[in-house]
Amino acid sequence: MATLIGAEIVFGARMPEGYQPLALQDPDPFKMFSKNKDMVVLNDKPWNMEAAAHLLDDDITPNASMFIRNNGLVPENIDVSKWTLTIDGESVVNKKTYTLAELQSKFEHHTYQLTIECGGNGRSEFNPPAQGNQWTVGAVHCASWTGVRLRDVLKDAGIKNDAVYIGFHAADLHLSRDAGKEAISRGCPMAKALQDETILAFKMNGEDIPFIHGHPLRLMAGGWPASVSGKWLTGISIRNKVHDGSKMTGDSYKVPCKPIAPGETVKEEDLCIIESMPVKSLITFPKSGAMIKAGTALNIRGHAWAGELEVANMEYSIDFGSTWKPAVLKKPVNRLAWQHFSAKVEFPQKGYYEVWAKATDTKGMAQPMLVPGWNPKGYLNNACHRIAVKVN
Amino acid sequence: MAKKEDFPNLITKIYNLMLLVISLVILAGGALVYYAIDPDFSVFQLPSAPIAATETVNEVDELNKIENGIHVRTGLVDAEGLMTVVNNCTYCHSAKIILQNRMNTDRWNATIKWMQETQNLGDLGSNQEVIVNYLVTNYPPKMIGRREILTNIDWYELKTNNN
Repeated sequence: MATLIGAEIVFGARMPEGYQPLALQDPDPFKMFSKNKDMVVLNDKPWNMEAAAHLLDDDITPNASMFIRNNGLVPENIDVSKWTLTIDGESVVNKKTYTLAELQSKFEHHTYQLTIECGGNGRSEFNPPAQGNQWTVGAVHCASWTGVRLRDVLKDAGIKNDAVYIGFHAADLHLSRDAGKEAISRGCPMAKALQDETILAFKMNGEDIPFIHGHPLRLMAGGWPASVSGKWLTGISIRNKVHDGSKMTGDSYKVPCKPIAPGETVKEEDLCIIESMPVKSLITFPKSGAMIKAGTALNIRGHAWAGELEVANMEYSIDFGSTWKPAVLKKPVNRLAWQHFSAKVEFPQKGYYEVWAKATDTKGMAQPMLVPGWNPKGYLNNACHRIAVKVN
Repeated sequence: MAKKEDFPNLITKIYNLMLLVISLVILAGGALVYYAIDPDFSVFQLPSAPIAATETVNEVDELNKIENGIHVRTGLVDAEGLMTVVNNCTYCHSAKIILQNRMNTDRWNATIKWMQETQNLGDLGSNQEVIVNYLVTNYPPKMIGRREILTNIDWYELKTNNN
Protein backbone atom coordinates (compact mmCIF):
# COMPACT_ATOMS: atom_id res chain seq x y z
CA MET A 1 0.00 0.00 0.00
CA ALA A 2 2.85 2.35 0.91
CA THR A 3 4.37 2.11 -2.55
CA LEU A 4 1.02 2.89 -4.15
CA ILE A 5 0.62 6.11 -2.21
CA GLY A 6 4.29 7.00 -2.54
CA ALA A 7 4.63 7.52 1.17
CA GLU A 8 4.69 5.24 4.13
CA ILE A 9 1.38 5.00 5.93
CA VAL A 10 2.56 5.76 9.40
CA PHE A 11 0.53 3.83 11.94
CA GLY A 12 -0.87 1.86 9.04
CA ALA A 13 -1.13 -1.06 11.41
CA ARG A 14 -3.85 0.80 13.29
CA MET A 15 -5.92 1.40 10.19
CA PRO A 16 -9.21 -0.47 10.50
CA GLU A 17 -9.43 -3.53 8.30
CA GLY A 18 -11.23 -2.79 5.06
CA TYR A 19 -10.56 0.93 5.28
CA GLN A 20 -9.13 2.03 1.98
CA PRO A 21 -7.32 5.36 2.20
CA LEU A 22 -9.00 7.85 -0.10
CA ALA A 23 -5.65 8.56 -1.73
CA LEU A 24 -5.91 5.18 -3.38
CA GLN A 25 -9.36 5.80 -4.78
CA ASP A 26 -8.81 9.11 -6.52
CA PRO A 27 -6.50 11.82 -5.33
CA ASP A 28 -8.41 14.53 -7.20
CA PRO A 29 -11.18 15.83 -4.91
CA PHE A 30 -12.75 17.84 -7.76
CA LYS A 31 -13.26 14.66 -9.77
CA MET A 32 -13.96 12.47 -6.76
CA PHE A 33 -16.73 14.76 -5.48
CA SER A 34 -17.79 16.28 -8.86
CA LYS A 35 -16.96 19.83 -7.80
CA ASN A 36 -16.48 23.01 -9.81
CA LYS A 37 -12.79 23.69 -10.48
CA ASP A 38 -13.07 27.11 -8.79
CA MET A 39 -13.91 25.52 -5.43
CA VAL A 40 -11.14 25.89 -2.83
CA VAL A 41 -9.73 22.94 -0.89
CA LEU A 42 -9.18 24.06 2.69
CA ASN A 43 -8.27 20.68 4.09
CA ASP A 44 -7.71 17.17 2.74
CA LYS A 45 -7.75 15.14 5.96
CA PRO A 46 -10.58 15.56 6.71
CA TRP A 47 -11.98 16.88 3.43
CA ASN A 48 -13.11 20.50 3.57
CA MET A 49 -13.86 22.56 0.47
CA GLU A 50 -15.59 25.87 -0.04
CA ALA A 51 -17.32 27.69 -2.88
CA ALA A 52 -16.66 31.22 -4.07
CA ALA A 53 -19.57 33.69 -4.05
CA HIS A 54 -20.01 33.64 -7.84
CA LEU A 55 -20.33 29.83 -7.83
CA LEU A 56 -23.48 30.15 -5.72
CA ASP A 57 -25.44 32.11 -8.32
CA ASP A 58 -28.05 29.37 -8.96
CA ASP A 59 -31.40 29.68 -7.15
CA ILE A 60 -31.07 26.01 -6.15
CA THR A 61 -27.46 25.10 -5.42
CA PRO A 62 -26.15 22.20 -7.56
CA ASN A 63 -23.72 19.67 -6.10
CA ALA A 64 -20.82 21.20 -8.04
CA SER A 65 -20.92 24.36 -5.91
CA MET A 66 -21.78 22.90 -2.52
CA PHE A 67 -19.18 23.31 0.21
CA ILE A 68 -17.84 20.18 1.90
CA ARG A 69 -17.34 20.08 5.64
CA ASN A 70 -16.16 16.95 7.39
CA ASN A 71 -15.12 16.35 10.96
CA GLY A 72 -13.99 12.81 10.34
CA LEU A 73 -13.07 10.37 7.61
CA VAL A 74 -15.80 9.57 5.11
CA PRO A 75 -17.41 6.14 5.54
CA GLU A 76 -16.47 3.32 3.22
CA ASN A 77 -18.42 0.47 1.69
CA ILE A 78 -21.91 1.96 1.99
CA ASP A 79 -24.47 -0.77 1.43
CA VAL A 80 -27.84 0.91 0.88
CA SER A 81 -29.74 -2.38 1.11
CA LYS A 82 -28.38 -2.99 4.62
CA TRP A 83 -28.51 0.63 5.83
CA THR A 84 -30.61 1.19 8.96
CA LEU A 85 -31.63 4.05 11.21
CA THR A 86 -32.10 3.37 14.90
CA ILE A 87 -34.19 5.61 17.15
CA ASP A 88 -33.12 5.22 20.77
CA GLY A 89 -32.20 7.28 23.83
CA GLU A 90 -33.48 7.84 27.38
CA SER A 91 -36.68 9.44 26.12
CA VAL A 92 -37.77 7.01 23.42
CA VAL A 93 -40.84 4.91 24.21
CA ASN A 94 -39.85 1.98 21.96
CA LYS A 95 -36.35 1.69 20.57
CA LYS A 96 -36.85 1.08 16.85
CA THR A 97 -34.70 0.30 13.84
CA TYR A 98 -35.86 1.10 10.31
CA THR A 99 -34.38 0.07 7.01
CA LEU A 100 -34.15 2.76 4.33
CA ALA A 101 -36.99 1.06 2.44
CA GLU A 102 -39.18 1.11 5.56
CA LEU A 103 -38.50 4.80 6.16
CA GLN A 104 -39.36 5.60 2.56
CA SER A 105 -42.54 3.51 2.40
CA LYS A 106 -43.94 4.09 5.86
CA PHE A 107 -43.78 7.88 6.08
CA GLU A 108 -44.99 10.73 3.89
CA HIS A 109 -42.39 12.42 1.67
CA HIS A 110 -41.71 16.14 1.77
CA THR A 111 -39.44 18.38 -0.30
CA TYR A 112 -37.94 21.62 0.99
CA GLN A 113 -35.25 23.95 -0.19
CA LEU A 114 -33.07 24.44 2.89
CA THR A 115 -30.28 26.92 3.61
CA ILE A 116 -27.38 25.22 5.32
CA GLU A 117 -24.47 27.38 6.43
CA CYS A 118 -21.37 26.27 8.32
CA GLY A 119 -21.21 27.91 11.76
CA GLY A 120 -17.64 28.94 10.94
CA ASN A 121 -18.40 30.52 7.54
CA GLY A 122 -16.43 33.81 7.49
CA ARG A 123 -14.01 32.65 10.20
CA SER A 124 -11.01 33.93 8.21
CA GLU A 125 -11.95 37.52 9.03
CA PHE A 126 -11.69 37.29 12.82
CA ASN A 127 -8.88 39.14 14.55
CA PRO A 128 -7.09 37.76 16.50
CA PRO A 129 -7.40 34.76 14.19
CA ALA A 130 -9.81 32.08 15.31
CA GLN A 131 -8.89 28.41 15.28
CA GLY A 132 -10.19 26.05 12.59
CA ASN A 133 -10.70 25.90 8.85
CA GLN A 134 -10.43 29.44 7.55
CA TRP A 135 -13.72 29.68 5.64
CA THR A 136 -14.25 32.92 3.71
CA VAL A 137 -17.78 33.30 2.29
CA GLY A 138 -18.53 30.03 0.51
CA ALA A 139 -19.61 27.65 3.27
CA VAL A 140 -23.31 27.98 2.52
CA HIS A 141 -25.72 26.31 0.11
CA CYS A 142 -29.41 25.96 -0.51
CA ALA A 143 -30.32 22.76 -2.34
CA SER A 144 -33.68 21.02 -2.54
CA TRP A 145 -33.99 18.06 -0.18
CA THR A 146 -36.56 15.27 -0.16
CA GLY A 147 -37.23 12.97 2.75
CA VAL A 148 -39.52 12.12 5.62
CA ARG A 149 -40.21 14.35 8.60
CA LEU A 150 -38.08 13.51 11.62
CA ARG A 151 -41.20 14.27 13.69
CA ASP A 152 -43.17 11.46 12.02
CA VAL A 153 -40.40 8.93 12.67
CA LEU A 154 -39.82 10.04 16.27
CA LYS A 155 -43.57 9.84 16.97
CA ASP A 156 -43.70 6.36 15.46
CA ALA A 157 -41.09 5.23 17.98
CA GLY A 158 -42.73 7.32 20.71
CA ILE A 159 -41.44 10.38 22.53
CA LYS A 160 -41.53 10.47 26.32
CA ASN A 161 -42.62 13.66 28.08
CA ASP A 162 -39.15 14.31 29.47
CA ALA A 163 -37.53 14.58 26.00
CA VAL A 164 -35.45 17.77 25.60
CA TYR A 165 -32.99 17.15 22.77
CA ILE A 166 -32.13 14.83 19.91
CA GLY A 167 -28.61 13.72 19.01
CA PHE A 168 -27.59 12.07 15.77
CA HIS A 169 -25.18 9.22 15.12
CA ALA A 170 -23.43 8.66 11.81
CA ALA A 171 -21.14 6.32 9.93
CA ASP A 172 -18.13 8.59 9.43
CA LEU A 173 -14.89 7.59 11.16
CA HIS A 174 -13.07 9.54 13.87
CA LEU A 175 -9.80 11.06 12.59
CA SER A 176 -7.81 8.95 15.03
CA ARG A 177 -9.53 5.85 13.52
CA ASP A 178 -10.67 4.93 17.02
CA ALA A 179 -13.86 2.94 16.39
CA GLY A 180 -15.03 3.83 19.92
CA LYS A 181 -15.18 7.52 19.08
CA GLU A 182 -17.69 9.40 16.97
CA ALA A 183 -16.35 12.02 14.52
CA ILE A 184 -19.37 14.20 15.13
CA SER A 185 -22.65 13.60 16.96
CA ARG A 186 -24.56 16.85 17.31
CA GLY A 187 -28.25 17.62 17.61
CA CYS A 188 -30.94 20.14 18.45
CA PRO A 189 -33.69 20.81 20.99
CA MET A 190 -37.00 18.97 20.50
CA ALA A 191 -38.73 22.13 19.21
CA LYS A 192 -36.38 22.21 16.21
CA ALA A 193 -36.52 18.43 15.77
CA LEU A 194 -40.32 18.55 15.51
CA GLN A 195 -40.52 21.31 12.88
CA ASP A 196 -42.16 20.56 9.52
CA GLU A 197 -38.91 21.26 7.65
CA THR A 198 -36.63 19.08 9.80
CA ILE A 199 -36.36 15.99 7.65
CA LEU A 200 -34.45 12.76 7.16
CA ALA A 201 -33.46 13.27 3.55
CA PHE A 202 -32.63 10.61 1.00
CA LYS A 203 -32.72 12.79 -2.11
CA MET A 204 -31.03 16.05 -3.06
CA ASN A 205 -32.13 18.06 -6.08
CA GLY A 206 -34.25 15.10 -7.13
CA GLU A 207 -31.45 12.55 -7.14
CA ASP A 208 -29.63 10.34 -4.66
CA ILE A 209 -27.71 12.52 -2.21
CA PRO A 210 -24.08 12.77 -3.44
CA PHE A 211 -21.81 10.50 -1.43
CA ILE A 212 -19.83 13.35 0.15
CA HIS A 213 -23.03 15.10 1.26
CA GLY A 214 -24.34 12.18 3.29
CA HIS A 215 -25.66 9.43 1.03
CA PRO A 216 -27.86 7.50 1.72
CA LEU A 217 -29.47 9.39 4.62
CA ARG A 218 -28.98 12.87 6.02
CA LEU A 219 -30.64 14.82 8.80
CA MET A 220 -31.58 18.29 7.53
CA ALA A 221 -32.04 21.13 10.00
CA GLY A 222 -32.19 24.25 7.81
CA GLY A 223 -31.23 27.64 9.23
CA TRP A 224 -29.03 26.13 11.95
CA PRO A 225 -25.26 25.55 11.83
CA ALA A 226 -24.74 22.94 9.10
CA SER A 227 -23.15 20.61 11.68
CA VAL A 228 -26.65 19.85 13.00
CA SER A 229 -27.52 18.35 9.61
CA GLY A 230 -25.69 15.07 10.20
CA LYS A 231 -24.52 13.11 7.15
CA TRP A 232 -24.44 9.31 6.73
CA LEU A 233 -27.09 9.06 9.42
CA THR A 234 -27.39 5.78 11.32
CA GLY A 235 -29.24 6.81 14.45
CA ILE A 236 -31.14 9.43 16.41
CA SER A 237 -31.16 9.43 20.21
CA ILE A 238 -34.05 11.14 21.96
CA ARG A 239 -32.35 12.58 25.01
CA ASN A 240 -33.70 13.70 28.38
CA LYS A 241 -30.89 16.26 28.56
CA VAL A 242 -28.90 18.40 26.14
CA HIS A 243 -27.14 15.94 23.85
CA ASP A 244 -23.50 15.47 24.88
CA GLY A 245 -22.09 13.81 21.75
CA SER A 246 -18.89 14.69 19.95
CA LYS A 247 -18.69 18.42 19.01
CA MET A 248 -21.56 19.28 21.38
CA THR A 249 -19.19 19.89 24.29
CA GLY A 250 -16.14 22.08 24.93
CA ASP A 251 -16.07 25.17 22.71
CA SER A 252 -17.36 23.49 19.53
CA TYR A 253 -20.24 25.33 17.85
CA LYS A 254 -20.54 27.62 20.88
CA VAL A 255 -20.15 31.36 21.37
CA PRO A 256 -19.75 33.40 24.56
CA CYS A 257 -23.18 33.91 26.20
CA LYS A 258 -22.11 37.46 27.02
CA PRO A 259 -19.99 39.59 24.64
CA ILE A 260 -16.23 39.47 25.27
CA ALA A 261 -13.23 41.51 24.11
CA PRO A 262 -11.28 40.16 21.10
CA GLY A 263 -8.86 37.47 22.26
CA GLU A 264 -10.34 37.17 25.74
CA THR A 265 -10.42 33.72 27.36
CA VAL A 266 -13.88 32.29 28.05
CA LYS A 267 -14.75 29.59 30.57
CA GLU A 268 -16.61 26.60 29.18
CA GLU A 269 -19.65 27.33 31.34
CA ASP A 270 -19.88 30.82 29.81
CA LEU A 271 -20.30 29.43 26.29
CA CYS A 272 -23.74 28.92 24.70
CA ILE A 273 -24.64 26.48 21.91
CA ILE A 274 -25.37 28.20 18.58
CA GLU A 275 -28.94 27.68 17.43
CA SER A 276 -30.38 29.75 14.56
CA MET A 277 -27.78 31.30 12.23
CA PRO A 278 -27.84 35.11 11.87
CA VAL A 279 -29.12 37.18 8.92
CA LYS A 280 -26.73 37.19 5.97
CA SER A 281 -26.48 37.70 2.21
CA LEU A 282 -24.17 37.10 -0.70
CA ILE A 283 -23.73 38.91 -4.02
CA THR A 284 -23.42 36.04 -6.48
CA PHE A 285 -23.40 38.11 -9.69
CA PRO A 286 -21.21 39.61 -10.93
CA LYS A 287 -18.06 37.96 -9.70
CA SER A 288 -15.89 40.44 -7.79
CA GLY A 289 -13.50 42.32 -10.11
CA ALA A 290 -15.98 43.29 -12.82
CA MET A 291 -14.93 46.17 -15.11
CA ILE A 292 -17.72 48.01 -16.88
CA LYS A 293 -17.89 51.01 -19.20
CA ALA A 294 -18.91 54.39 -17.83
CA GLY A 295 -22.58 55.09 -18.36
CA THR A 296 -23.72 51.45 -18.17
CA ALA A 297 -25.71 50.23 -15.22
CA LEU A 298 -24.60 47.13 -13.35
CA ASN A 299 -27.20 44.49 -12.62
CA ILE A 300 -26.35 42.67 -9.42
CA ARG A 301 -28.07 39.67 -7.84
CA GLY A 302 -27.65 37.26 -4.98
CA HIS A 303 -29.30 35.46 -2.07
CA ALA A 304 -30.19 36.39 1.50
CA TRP A 305 -31.17 34.22 4.45
CA ALA A 306 -31.86 34.66 8.16
CA GLY A 307 -31.64 31.35 10.02
CA GLU A 308 -35.05 30.56 11.50
CA LEU A 309 -36.42 33.90 10.32
CA GLU A 310 -37.14 35.51 6.99
CA VAL A 311 -35.25 38.39 5.40
CA ALA A 312 -37.51 41.43 5.44
CA ASN A 313 -35.36 43.98 3.65
CA MET A 314 -32.39 44.06 1.30
CA GLU A 315 -30.17 47.06 0.52
CA TYR A 316 -26.92 47.83 -1.25
CA SER A 317 -24.36 50.63 -1.01
CA ILE A 318 -21.67 51.83 -3.43
CA ASP A 319 -20.20 54.38 -1.01
CA PHE A 320 -19.07 52.20 1.92
CA GLY A 321 -22.40 52.50 3.71
CA SER A 322 -22.80 56.28 3.53
CA THR A 323 -26.02 55.74 1.62
CA TRP A 324 -28.09 52.60 1.11
CA LYS A 325 -30.49 51.88 -1.73
CA PRO A 326 -33.18 49.19 -1.78
CA ALA A 327 -32.78 45.97 -3.75
CA VAL A 328 -35.70 43.89 -5.04
CA LEU A 329 -36.20 40.97 -2.65
CA LYS A 330 -38.29 37.84 -3.35
CA LYS A 331 -40.12 35.75 -0.77
CA PRO A 332 -38.61 32.31 0.04
CA VAL A 333 -40.08 29.29 -1.80
CA ASN A 334 -40.61 27.76 1.63
CA ARG A 335 -39.58 28.53 5.20
CA LEU A 336 -35.77 28.21 5.73
CA ALA A 337 -34.98 28.63 2.00
CA TRP A 338 -32.79 31.52 0.93
CA GLN A 339 -34.34 34.48 -0.87
CA HIS A 340 -33.16 36.07 -4.10
CA PHE A 341 -32.42 39.75 -4.52
CA SER A 342 -31.47 41.92 -7.47
CA ALA A 343 -30.73 45.56 -8.17
CA LYS A 344 -29.72 47.85 -11.01
CA VAL A 345 -26.70 49.79 -9.80
CA GLU A 346 -25.69 53.13 -11.33
CA PHE A 347 -22.30 54.75 -10.72
CA PRO A 348 -21.88 58.55 -10.65
CA GLN A 349 -18.43 58.63 -12.27
CA LYS A 350 -15.45 56.52 -13.34
CA GLY A 351 -13.37 54.86 -10.68
CA TYR A 352 -13.03 52.06 -8.12
CA TYR A 353 -16.16 51.01 -6.27
CA GLU A 354 -17.25 48.36 -3.86
CA VAL A 355 -20.84 47.18 -3.89
CA TRP A 356 -21.88 46.16 -0.39
CA ALA A 357 -25.04 44.16 0.36
CA LYS A 358 -27.00 44.30 3.61
CA ALA A 359 -29.94 42.13 4.66
CA THR A 360 -32.29 42.84 7.58
CA ASP A 361 -34.43 40.11 9.17
CA THR A 362 -38.04 40.26 10.35
CA LYS A 363 -36.91 41.20 13.86
CA GLY A 364 -34.98 44.23 12.59
CA MET A 365 -31.52 42.70 12.93
CA ALA A 366 -29.24 43.74 10.06
CA GLN A 367 -25.84 42.55 8.89
CA PRO A 368 -22.96 44.55 10.41
CA MET A 369 -20.43 46.14 8.05
CA LEU A 370 -17.61 45.18 10.41
CA VAL A 371 -16.85 41.70 11.67
CA PRO A 372 -19.21 41.10 14.62
CA GLY A 373 -18.44 39.95 18.17
CA TRP A 374 -15.17 38.07 18.50
CA ASN A 375 -15.45 34.51 19.80
CA PRO A 376 -12.74 31.89 20.34
CA LYS A 377 -13.74 29.62 17.46
CA GLY A 378 -14.70 32.34 15.01
CA TYR A 379 -18.37 31.53 14.48
CA LEU A 380 -21.25 33.66 13.14
CA ASN A 381 -19.42 36.21 11.02
CA ASN A 382 -22.35 37.70 9.11
CA ALA A 383 -20.61 40.93 8.06
CA CYS A 384 -21.84 42.44 4.77
CA HIS A 385 -20.51 40.83 1.61
CA ARG A 386 -18.88 43.15 -0.94
CA ILE A 387 -17.53 42.97 -4.47
CA ALA A 388 -15.02 45.20 -6.25
CA VAL A 389 -16.14 47.03 -9.43
CA LYS A 390 -14.24 49.36 -11.76
CA VAL A 391 -15.98 51.85 -14.00
CA ASN A 392 -13.68 52.71 -16.92
CA MET B 1 36.84 -48.36 23.04
CA ALA B 2 37.18 -44.65 22.72
CA LYS B 3 36.85 -44.93 18.97
CA LYS B 4 33.71 -47.04 19.26
CA GLU B 5 31.99 -44.41 21.45
CA ASP B 6 33.17 -41.47 19.34
CA PHE B 7 30.99 -42.36 16.37
CA PRO B 8 27.57 -42.38 18.15
CA ASN B 9 28.69 -39.24 20.03
CA LEU B 10 29.46 -37.52 16.75
CA ILE B 11 26.05 -38.57 15.35
CA THR B 12 24.32 -37.14 18.45
CA LYS B 13 26.30 -33.87 18.16
CA ILE B 14 25.48 -33.46 14.46
CA TYR B 15 21.86 -34.35 15.15
CA ASN B 16 21.65 -31.69 17.90
CA LEU B 17 23.39 -29.11 15.74
CA MET B 18 20.98 -29.77 12.86
CA LEU B 19 17.99 -29.45 15.22
CA LEU B 20 19.33 -26.09 16.37
CA VAL B 21 19.89 -24.84 12.81
CA ILE B 22 16.44 -25.99 11.69
CA SER B 23 14.82 -24.34 14.73
CA LEU B 24 16.67 -21.10 14.02
CA VAL B 25 15.63 -21.16 10.37
CA ILE B 26 11.99 -21.77 11.33
CA LEU B 27 12.11 -18.97 13.94
CA ALA B 28 13.77 -16.52 11.56
CA GLY B 29 11.30 -17.45 8.81
CA GLY B 30 8.39 -16.88 11.16
CA ALA B 31 9.79 -13.53 12.21
CA LEU B 32 10.24 -12.52 8.55
CA VAL B 33 6.69 -13.54 7.65
CA TYR B 34 5.42 -11.58 10.66
CA TYR B 35 7.55 -8.58 9.68
CA ALA B 36 6.02 -8.66 6.21
CA ILE B 37 2.51 -8.60 7.69
CA ASP B 38 3.12 -6.13 10.50
CA PRO B 39 6.37 -4.19 10.01
CA ASP B 40 5.65 -2.01 13.06
CA PHE B 41 5.34 -5.06 15.36
CA SER B 42 2.24 -3.27 16.61
CA VAL B 43 1.02 -6.31 18.52
CA PHE B 44 3.93 -5.87 20.93
CA GLN B 45 3.23 -2.18 21.43
CA LEU B 46 0.88 -0.75 24.03
CA PRO B 47 -2.31 0.46 22.42
CA SER B 48 -1.94 4.20 22.80
CA ALA B 49 -2.78 7.28 20.78
CA PRO B 50 -0.52 8.07 17.86
CA ILE B 51 2.51 9.99 19.07
CA ALA B 52 5.74 10.36 17.17
CA ALA B 53 6.53 8.42 14.05
CA THR B 54 10.07 7.57 13.19
CA GLU B 55 11.35 8.27 9.73
CA THR B 56 12.35 5.43 7.52
CA VAL B 57 15.90 6.41 6.73
CA ASN B 58 16.09 5.13 3.14
CA GLU B 59 12.87 6.93 2.14
CA VAL B 60 13.71 10.21 3.83
CA ASP B 61 15.12 11.92 0.76
CA GLU B 62 12.00 11.49 -1.36
CA LEU B 63 9.46 11.62 1.47
CA ASN B 64 10.84 14.73 3.12
CA LYS B 65 12.07 16.67 0.12
CA ILE B 66 12.54 20.41 0.72
CA GLU B 67 12.04 22.83 -2.18
CA ASN B 68 12.40 26.61 -1.84
CA GLY B 69 12.37 26.30 1.92
CA ILE B 70 9.11 24.32 1.92
CA HIS B 71 8.64 20.70 2.98
CA VAL B 72 6.99 19.53 -0.26
CA ARG B 73 4.80 16.76 1.14
CA THR B 74 3.11 18.96 3.75
CA GLY B 75 3.67 22.53 2.62
CA LEU B 76 5.22 23.42 5.99
CA VAL B 77 8.16 25.85 6.22
CA ASP B 78 11.58 24.23 6.62
CA ALA B 79 12.69 25.52 10.02
CA GLU B 80 13.78 24.25 13.40
CA GLY B 81 11.26 21.67 14.62
CA LEU B 82 9.82 20.87 11.16
CA MET B 83 10.13 17.09 11.39
CA THR B 84 8.81 17.07 14.95
CA VAL B 85 5.69 18.81 13.66
CA VAL B 86 5.41 16.56 10.61
CA ASN B 87 5.78 13.39 12.65
CA ASN B 88 3.53 14.35 15.53
CA CYS B 89 0.84 16.42 13.86
CA THR B 90 0.13 15.11 10.38
CA TYR B 91 -0.86 11.55 11.12
CA CYS B 92 -4.41 12.33 12.22
CA HIS B 93 -4.96 15.53 10.27
CA SER B 94 -3.63 17.29 7.21
CA ALA B 95 -0.95 19.98 7.48
CA LYS B 96 -3.44 22.19 5.65
CA ILE B 97 -5.28 22.85 8.91
CA ILE B 98 -1.98 23.93 10.51
CA LEU B 99 -1.15 26.24 7.59
CA GLN B 100 -4.55 27.92 7.85
CA ASN B 101 -4.17 28.84 11.51
CA ARG B 102 -2.34 31.66 13.24
CA MET B 103 -2.20 31.38 17.02
CA ASN B 104 -0.05 32.42 19.96
CA THR B 105 1.67 30.05 22.41
CA ASP B 106 -1.26 29.89 24.83
CA ARG B 107 -3.81 29.09 22.17
CA TRP B 108 -1.63 26.46 20.45
CA ASN B 109 -1.10 24.81 23.84
CA ALA B 110 -4.86 24.96 24.44
CA THR B 111 -5.46 23.41 21.02
CA ILE B 112 -3.03 20.57 21.82
CA LYS B 113 -4.81 20.05 25.15
CA TRP B 114 -8.13 19.83 23.31
CA MET B 115 -6.68 17.24 20.92
CA GLN B 116 -5.41 15.24 23.90
CA GLU B 117 -8.74 15.41 25.69
CA THR B 118 -11.01 14.67 22.76
CA GLN B 119 -9.03 13.45 19.75
CA ASN B 120 -6.84 10.64 21.16
CA LEU B 121 -3.57 12.60 20.98
CA GLY B 122 -1.04 11.26 23.49
CA ASP B 123 1.45 13.08 25.71
CA LEU B 124 3.95 14.93 23.52
CA GLY B 125 6.60 15.22 26.23
CA SER B 126 9.42 17.57 25.35
CA ASN B 127 8.21 17.65 21.74
CA GLN B 128 5.34 19.94 22.70
CA GLU B 129 7.65 22.90 23.28
CA VAL B 130 9.47 22.23 19.99
CA ILE B 131 6.15 22.06 18.11
CA VAL B 132 4.65 25.19 19.66
CA ASN B 133 7.89 27.14 19.15
CA TYR B 134 7.93 26.11 15.50
CA LEU B 135 4.31 27.22 15.03
CA VAL B 136 4.49 30.60 16.77
CA THR B 137 7.81 31.40 15.11
CA ASN B 138 6.84 30.46 11.57
CA TYR B 139 3.09 31.09 11.66
CA PRO B 140 2.55 34.05 14.01
CA PRO B 141 -0.88 35.73 14.21
CA LYS B 142 -1.40 38.47 11.62
CA MET B 143 -3.22 41.57 12.81
CA ILE B 144 -5.88 42.18 10.17
CA GLY B 145 -8.08 44.75 11.91
CA ARG B 146 -11.83 44.72 12.03
CA ARG B 147 -12.25 44.42 8.23
CA GLU B 148 -9.50 44.02 5.67
CA ILE B 149 -9.39 45.80 2.33
CA LEU B 150 -10.27 43.61 -0.65
CA THR B 151 -7.10 42.03 -2.01
CA ASN B 152 -6.16 39.76 -4.93
CA ILE B 153 -8.94 41.13 -7.09
CA ASP B 154 -9.02 39.30 -10.40
CA TRP B 155 -10.13 42.09 -12.76
CA TYR B 156 -12.09 41.14 -15.87
CA GLU B 157 -14.19 42.85 -18.54
CA LEU B 158 -17.87 42.23 -17.77
CA LYS B 159 -19.68 41.53 -21.05
CA THR B 160 -23.16 40.14 -20.39
CA ASN B 161 -24.87 42.03 -17.65
CA ASN B 162 -28.54 41.16 -17.45
CA ASN B 163 -30.73 40.07 -14.59
